[in-house]
Amino acid sequence: MKIALFTTCLVDGLFPDVGKATVTLLERLGHQVEVPLDQTCCGQMHLNTGYTREARPMVRGFAEAFTGYDAIVAPSGSCVGSVRHQHPAVARRMRDSALARQVDAVSGRVYELSEFLIDVLGVEDVGARYPHRVTYHPTCHSLRLLRVEDKPLRLLRAVRGLDLVELPDAEQCCGFGGTFALKNADVSTAMLADKMTSILTTDAEVVTAGDSSCLMHIGGGLSRLRSGVRPVHLAEILAAT
Amino acid sequence: MTTFLGLPTAPAGVGHLSSGRPFPDAARAALADTQLRGNLGHATSTIRTKRARAVAELPDWARLRAAGAAIKDDVLANLDRYLVQLEEQVTARGGTVHWARDAAEANSIVTRLVKATGARAVVKVKSMATQEIGLNEALESAGIAAWETDLAELIVQLGNDEPSHILVPAIHRNRTEIRDIFVREMASAGRPAPDGLTDDPAALAEAARLHLREKFLSARVAISGANFAVAETGTLAVVESEGNGRMCLTLPRTLITVMGIEKLVPTWRDLEVFLQLLPRSSTAERMNPYTSMWTGVTPGDGPGEFHLVLLDNGRTATLADPEGRSALRCIRCSACLNVCPVYERTGGHAYGSVYPGPIGAVLSPQLTGVEANKSLPYASSLCGACYDVCPVAIDIPTMLVHLRERVVDAGRSRVLPAPERVAMAAAAWTMARPSRWRRVLRLGRWARPMARWRILPPPVSTWAAARDVPVPPKQTFRDWWKERR
Repeated sequence: MKIALFTTCLVDGLFPDVGKATVTLLERLGHQVEVPLDQTCCGQMHLNTGYTREARPMVRGFAEAFTGYDAIVAPSGSCVGSVRHQHPAVARRMRDSALARQVDAVSGRVYELSEFLIDVLGVEDVGARYPHRVTYHPTCHSLRLLRVEDKPLRLLRAVRGLDLVELPDAEQCCGFGGTFALKNADVSTAMLADKMTSILTTDAEVVTAGDSSCLMHIGGGLSRLRSGVRPVHLAEILAAT
Repeated sequence: MTTFLGLPTAPAGVGHLSSGRPFPDAARAALADTQLRGNLGHATSTIRTKRARAVAELPDWARLRAAGAAIKDDVLANLDRYLVQLEEQVTARGGTVHWARDAAEANSIVTRLVKATGARAVVKVKSMATQEIGLNEALESAGIAAWETDLAELIVQLGNDEPSHILVPAIHRNRTEIRDIFVREMASAGRPAPDGLTDDPAALAEAARLHLREKFLSARVAISGANFAVAETGTLAVVESEGNGRMCLTLPRTLITVMGIEKLVPTWRDLEVFLQLLPRSSTAERMNPYTSMWTGVTPGDGPGEFHLVLLDNGRTATLADPEGRSALRCIRCSACLNVCPVYERTGGHAYGSVYPGPIGAVLSPQLTGVEANKSLPYASSLCGACYDVCPVAIDIPTMLVHLRERVVDAGRSRVLPAPERVAMAAAAWTMARPSRWRRVLRLGRWARPMARWRILPPPVSTWAAARDVPVPPKQTFRDWWKERR
């Protein structure tokens, strides 16, 4: 199986450890991973803010960069959600039938990390060891767009030494929402405050999730509070030994 | 075949659909009201849990939901035919049908009809359509008093307030506030509040009953909305919990119903689907206590005169957008409001429209045109909770994104582009070529000291008001990968 890593622009530029962890994990499970260097960004921010016209070259660029792989794996529920649910519609509106076919083919092979591990590779125990008290926040797009359900939790439960604590009101949005965090900063912050309260009641050392973007928001708030709770991406926990 | 030299333009919706105040500003004020946040948080979380339980009882919920969506889509696709069928049936059974392009036309039709009866006061059944068009104010300026008889609408009306929820318009009020409103305002509207009124819910309900009973018994005209209209027989339906609707619909001599043109269902069999979907989604009940249905007029039974006002007010314009029209499937259950994390924190007033919450954020801008409601499509984190609970499967998150595109495209004609548009264009230009993106990524290293010392340009400064900014790494992922390889 020819596997490509869809790093996501945020991980590439701000959270490289998440990308490294994904590579480490997949290699440990016996798979070779390639990183197509022509990838940039899936265009989700543009699409979700209304700049569809600007996002078109990114949709095209994504399909070109990832054509020819059997599986495209990303450590992000929302970026996978954008590629899977938005790219085909954008391509169709560009009235380029060759591109639309290419986008359909590529977007059908894109997987969020927990989906890939459980649905494609069929593993729950990835051989990780992480002796910490951890709580898991299901990000909205992995939960309601991709329907990953309890896959991340199944992976976490199999990690040695990990003390998994349930997050109260886990399915409530953390308030990130892409440009929502800037355009409606006050509402976003109010939602974040409630999410942080839930996290703090668990006494966890680490809060994990499948999206670096939501973790950047939650972690930025937790560090402002000097709470001591660290945001760690799911991939980093699964890669740890 | 006829050739049109310019298609007729559908009228835009007017009335209580836009306040002109941007959502983020209104939301900021609402967030500061801790009483409001407490009231809302308690109310929405209670009803959320109850709804989930009521829906889980039905093994065929997913199929009911799909049926609801399909029936409404058929109605929307054949609206012209069903509306004419409805008009024929209502007329054949002794009712009169009026067509209103917009709020102003609907208000003048209703005012004329009330004046013709000679009545100086009317009783009202809770109705979103009449709130939308501002009917009470229109009647008042014509010297006609319009009394709301739904308990929550009464609280809103007596408090000189605006509704903040589709189903529970006074959700922003707690019982102490309601007691104070009753004691202060009831006397000027009719029978005063009983002496020594407490904030006990039963005592408050009794005070409202006594106050309203006088209105019911003296009213000669009632005005209602409609939850559904069955095209095949011309039957109108109102579902409610309090019985005030039944009083209004049966006691007065004249009944005037104002109904949005999308409220149709083709047949009684179709109605059965919605009578299951609506109560469980809105009040979390298996069945609502009162379902009133009437067909034209029946001599010796109920109102002797019946008028149906069919309201467009931006609905035809909404129908014209293939990616937005499914908002017209909405049956006003308000399940999306109760699960929305944004609504829960800001309340309904921040939306500036009688339709708040997720459905309001997609419906109001379509009814008025996006230019009049530019900030509402952005009043969502796109978490998707609304779509999951919608009983007619309106994909609100996708529609919000579509409307954001309409807002952005409407701004493209401006000579001086907004800073956001410049930033988005620059980001897109960078991302269009891997070589450009690589160079910009490397600049991140130079931003490290800025992030450490918090020298932050907008919009990063907005972010940093409540959240620490991540310090860019020394080495990007792609540079690590190249080095490793």
